[in-house]
Amino acid sequence: MADTRTIEIEVLRYNPEKDAEPHFETFQVPFTNDTSVLQGLLYIKDHLDGSLTFRWSCRMAICGSCGKMVNGKPELSCHTFLRDYYPGKVRIEPLSHFPVLRDLVIDQRDFTEKKLPAIKPYIVPGNPQPLSAGTYVQTPQQFHKYYQYSQCINCLLCYAACPQYGLKPDFAGPAVLALLHRYNADSRDRGWEERAEVLNAEEGVWGCTLVGYCSEVCPKGVDPAHAINQNKVNSTMDYFGVLKFLMPRGGS
Amino acid sequence: MATVKTYVRPMQGWWRRNPYFVRYMIREGSSVFLATYAIILLVGLLRLTQGEAAWDSWRAALTSPWSILFHWLALLTVSYHAWTWWKVAPKTAPDLRVGGRPLPEMLITAGGVLATLATSVLVYVIVRWM
Repeated sequence: MADTRTIEIEVLRYNPEKDAEPHFETFQVPFTNDTSVLQGLLYIKDHLDGSLTFRWSCRMAICGSCGKMVNGKPELSCHTFLRDYYPGKVRIEPLSHFPVLRDLVIDQRDFTEKKLPAIKPYIVPGNPQPLSAGTYVQTPQQFHKYYQYSQCINCLLCYAACPQYGLKPDFAGPAVLALLHRYNADSRDRGWEERAEVLNAEEGVWGCTLVGYCSEVCPKGVDPAHAINQNKVNSTMDYFGVLKFLMPRGGS
Repeated sequence: MATVKTYVRPMQGWWRRNPYFVRYMIREGSSVFLATYAIILLVGLLRLTQGEAAWDSWRAALTSPWSILFHWLALLTVSYHAWTWWKVAPKTAPDLRVGGRPLPEMLITAGGVLATLATSVLVYVIVRWM
């Protein structure tokens, strides 16, 4: 194509079987105006080095699996375009603060197997009704209380943006606490007491020092920093034992 | 969890890696000047309770060149701190809504900054002329 240009892509390589530590490898990649960073990586894998390892799936910013550090910023690589970096080069690294398994693949089990299940990321009904009772109804106002938080796609960009998570890996972190708030804020849910231990802990909302970068990098418009800091107030009220009187749905 | 060999990247120098983190560190660091200024004021209050001579010597100490340099530095850093304070206020505020829609973050920040400016002018007027 006439408008094809060539950009330099620097990729972090790490082979756990051979390397003591990661190093960078540079590739020359042709691109056009609509080539995403992910497509650049796919070009490397298809034409230059088939051993390059990275995660991806949907290519349209909905599955949340292709997050990478692009020139030091956490981005979905399908949602970031090579044209915006040309004529400079692009440096691609695995998401910060997570252990590197191989090349651009991180070990995300701390989130998927430990932190996320701990907050019961599903509706905990107070008195479950039989199916015959019909659906749990909700007004648009009640819906908007949690809607933005329900847009989280677990892409982990917010964790790569959170130095507190990097420094103290026990910190529950932005997405988990935003999702905790998503269920607590849902009028159909009665599970806030079951989630309180995670929320009130030193590693819960109190581990946040309001750097605020999590909310900047979220590709889905979720605001974890707001969720966490609103819940510092809730956590304080819970400490003094007043939250259960203030939560109309509380203490079921 | 199965044991897999992984590489954990060091966090050393993390705050220099992104301009966003540098601004965060300046924000947090500026609170040191705020705290120091507050302590100096509290000492003044203490000296006031100890009589006229103590009060006068505290006031005299404030006129030293080091003190004036500190107060100019504190004014600068505390002004920046005040700005960052309101910049993060939309995150610390409750879920504010008007007609079901979230209040724009800009309005919360602008409201705070205006309140700070108005209060500062008011305090200056009271101290200077009343």
